[in-house]
Amino acid sequence: MRQIITKIDEITGNIATLKSAGVGLKELAVIESPGRTTLGQVISLNGENVTLQVFGGTKGLSTKDQVRFLGHPMRVKYGESLLGRIFNGSGVPIDGGPEPVEEDIPIGGPSFNPANRIIPKQMIRTNIPMIDLFNSLVVSQKLPIFSIPGEPYNQLLARVGMQAEADIIILGAMGLKFDDFTFFRRTFDASGVMNRVIMFVHLASDPVVECLLVPDMALAAAERFAEAGKRVLVLLTDMTNFADSMKEISISMEQIPSNRGYPGDLYSQLASRYEKAVDIGGMGSITILAVTTMPGDDVTHPIPDNTGYITEGQFYLRHGVIDPFGSLSRLKQNVVSKVTRKDHNDIMNTMIRLYSDCRESRNKIAMGFKVSRWDETLLAYGDDFQKEMMDLNVNMSIEAALDKCWEILAKHFEPMQTGLKDQLVAEFWPKK
Amino acid sequence: MPVNGKVVAAYGNMVTASFDESVRQNEVAYILTADGSRLKSEVIRVRGNLCNAQVFEDTEGIKVGDHVEFTGDLLIVELGPGLLKQIYDGLQNPLPKLAERTGLFLKRGIYIESLDRSVKWDFTPEAKVGDQIQAGDILGWVPEGKFKHQIFVPFSFIGRAEIVKMAEPGSYTVEETVAEVRDEFGKTTALNMFQRWPIKIPLRHYEERLLPVDPLVTGCRIVDSFYPVAKGGTACIPGPFGSGKTVLQQLISRYADVDIIIVAACGERAGEVVETLREFPHLQDPYSEGRTLIERTVIICNTSSMPVAAREASIYTAITIGEYYRQMGLHVLLLADSTSRWAQALREMSGRLEEIPGEEAFPAYLQSRIAEFYERACCVRLKSGKIGSVSVIGTVSPAGGNFEEPVTQGTLAVVGAFHGLTWARSNARRFPAIDPLISWSKYLEQMAEKLDKIAPDWVAKIKAAQKIIFEGNEVRKRMDVVGEEGTSLADFILTLKAEFLDAVYLQQNAFDKVDAYNTMERQAYSFDKVFNLMHKEIKAKDKDDARNIFFRLTSLFKNWNSSVWESDDFKRFEGQINSFIAG
Ligand SMILES: Nc1ncnc2c1ncn2[C@@H]1O[C@H](COP(=O)(O)OP(=O)(O)OP(=O)(O)O)[C@@H](O)[C@H]1O
Ligand SMILES: [Mg+2]
Repeated sequence: MRQIITKIDEITGNIATLKSAGVGLKELAVIESPGRTTLGQVISLNGENVTLQVFGGTKGLSTKDQVRFLGHPMRVKYGESLLGRIFNGSGVPIDGGPEPVEEDIPIGGPSFNPANRIIPKQMIRTNIPMIDLFNSLVVSQKLPIFSIPGEPYNQLLARVGMQAEADIIILGAMGLKFDDFTFFRRTFDASGVMNRVIMFVHLASDPVVECLLVPDMALAAAERFAEAGKRVLVLLTDMTNFADSMKEISISMEQIPSNRGYPGDLYSQLASRYEKAVDIGGMGSITILAVTTMPGDDVTHPIPDNTGYITEGQFYLRHGVIDPFGSLSRLKQNVVSKVTRKDHNDIMNTMIRLYSDCRESRNKIAMGFKVSRWDETLLAYGDDFQKEMMDLNVNMSIEAALDKCWEILAKHFEPMQTGLKDQLVAEFWPKK
Repeated sequence: MPVNGKVVAAYGNMVTASFDESVRQNEVAYILTADGSRLKSEVIRVRGNLCNAQVFEDTEGIKVGDHVEFTGDLLIVELGPGLLKQIYDGLQNPLPKLAERTGLFLKRGIYIESLDRSVKWDFTPEAKVGDQIQAGDILGWVPEGKFKHQIFVPFSFIGRAEIVKMAEPGSYTVEETVAEVRDEFGKTTALNMFQRWPIKIPLRHYEERLLPVDPLVTGCRIVDSFYPVAKGGTACIPGPFGSGKTVLQQLISRYADVDIIIVAACGERAGEVVETLREFPHLQDPYSEGRTLIERTVIICNTSSMPVAAREASIYTAITIGEYYRQMGLHVLLLADSTSRWAQALREMSGRLEEIPGEEAFPAYLQSRIAEFYERACCVRLKSGKIGSVSVIGTVSPAGGNFEEPVTQGTLAVVGAFHGLTWARSNARRFPAIDPLISWSKYLEQMAEKLDKIAPDWVAKIKAAQKIIFEGNEVRKRMDVVGEEGTSLADFILTLKAEFLDAVYLQQNAFDKVDAYNTMERQAYSFDKVFNLMHKEIKAKDKDDARNIFFRLTSLFKNWNSSVWESDDFKRFEGQINSFIAG
């Protein structure tokens, strides 16, 4: 039986300090107040003083609450029976179901040995042309969705979840609004994928710092499934809440912030999560798609900035569509026209180039310049491109999308005007 | 006898320990945890009878009272044959061997000898019995790939001694004795083929440090021609995320005309190292027929999710290995991606030590640490008379892409060349996204004598070309305000010339087999043609006509750029270019 402490010396922010011997860094503690139980984790030791980060927040915490150390760091349940289940930010079921009787596994485990990595070369189809065709998602990729609040990022995430080729989908939600929670549940239920979904949900109404464990729990479970040969897709929303919680803790710890109040280790903290994405050759894989809402639509804000330095590209969600300009999948060159159809690369570049020309023509109009015939062609093309490709409701396979692109090109242009190679034109240009 | 101590406090990856007797700043200490792990750490501050150590591993489970074992040794690397082709973590543990030992994931507290103890090397002695030796003298050599890997008297050897026994030519492991020496006090020491050296102390066993005056050809036109790097020099590549720092370094790692490449993946993505790791064994070394790139490469890989303190060490591990090969009269290039992650590791530690922070919470000594590191790049004349060099090209990842931040500024203050990448260029797909308007290189002047051997008046012409880029930009900015209509034809043509120079010479297609890399000979050849055009009067009827002329020229040059040097295509496009210019 572990020691129970009955006196907390200090409570500040989300931090509590007490005296105890024999506890280890990162060890978990249960803090029991009348009518409430919350988890705490040891974040610093100094002589007999132990500092706990209190996940449930310190609101209402009393100096005479009971603190019980568990002798181990945070763990999560792992096993097939987790599929279809929903847990909160402390790993407790919130779907009314029983506590799963499964193995406990540690979270936040060590890094995958880089020497064991392989070059990822498999595409994940999502049937969203702006992804599959223009910025293909590759197995083991980590990609953020940069978005401003109010954009339909959770809808996009849910659609990818439903449609992507994956064996298991793990949703890690931080600060999720109840409506969005209901939306995810209903969507996964209605589309019949819930039996391969696991949700770790920290709701907006839960204590803020309780979301800190969510990515680690989601990724620890994902890692085990991947080792067991499963292709796991991890969906995280919203990593900005995660980073903000870290900021709160570091301020409570009186750490000197590096940039706009964020701790100096923000990069390493985010990286240790995103780098869990992996393709384990011959076994399974983890692919991560994570929403990062950009405060003030500012990509140089420390959260999107540090994220961009970690991930393998980014999707910008703007005005309800995936912006074809800033968005980039850095791994797409591994698959485009290598595992996909041979016209993929050229179509991708040509369509974007022409759309970019169209944007210039639009600017011309906006500035009151005269428009030429060519401008008009581009404008008409741009409208079609938006309607047939960019609209997030468009749902088709990459092959169908490629065919559609040829159709759009043929509708507006002569082959020569597109700059496409003769060889491809001969093979793919729609015959009138 | 190791000194013992106890953990008294722990926070993040920093441990405070008490000790009996004495400790040494920067010595290695092991923390013995309850689960039986021995966690390596480095003492970074000593105060009274307490010291702070940064732990190179996950600190989970460390308790107050845990035993600490102080080794008295500084953090070292092993130097000897077998470094090439290796993939090490920041503390020089061979990652493939760790994988054999611990499986898919790294495991804390496992350390493996850096040099394989079972491999035999063909040793040829060069020293003989009776020779007087001292630190850094050459005992013999073994073949390592295409190199004669010299075996030195350890650089840490103190005083003079006489060789009393010398091994016969034959094959030996790195641990077997190849020489025995006796010092003036009669003490004999057995020497083998490897040695240890503390990573934070530069190897200075050379006769003279030389001013770097020889160009280091990277194959990248904008670098080699416009903002060159010297062998033994330094350069930095700052740029916001996604602007192409890593791709540029990967290109340089393939094509640079040096003997040895050290890739230090410092706190960046593991996936990027994997490309190097998996592809280099299959890629042909451009300077050595029949050999692959991996045979001239050492990879130090301490990626972003690996322990932060080891990331701090990784940069030093890399440069120490570089200095070691430099001692053999070789030219080494260290590519560090990204030095910002190393600086952040310093910042994390400084915060835990509660030091008074400087700008953006970086420690006040950031600038001097950066300077110390880059100063280890140098070109030297060795005792043997040979010239060796270590060059360093480091990327910087400035927060928000803003070059005013401390790491970029601290680096710019000490490097010889600056290749600044911008989103303006990378978003416009103008790769490599080195912005010619902000970049610079001190080596253009410093190497002028050598550079003018590339072609007559090379440096003057390059400067003239740089001027065209600037002037073109000035006109362009004015034109944005007054419109094309308000710009004279002559000025308009100037912008087209600048744009043309940029498009066909400064930009280079990294994914085109031929264009990705240009020899200096080819650069000189094509620069000459581009440059002549710059000073040629363009007879255009009007602006549209002028635009079309340059449109055509650009397309011809791009085709020329992707044609194999002196191939039929090359000659055909050159012919077309010549007749277009003439006609
Ligand atoms: N020379 C190039 N030619 C073509 N595309 C390039 C080139 N350089 C970069 N890119 C494109 O830009 C992407 C990002 O490049 P890279 O990974 O080098 O960026 P980075 O500056 O290292 O970013 P980070 O700071 O996030 O590591 C690449 O995946 C590629 O799509
Ligand atoms: Mg990079």
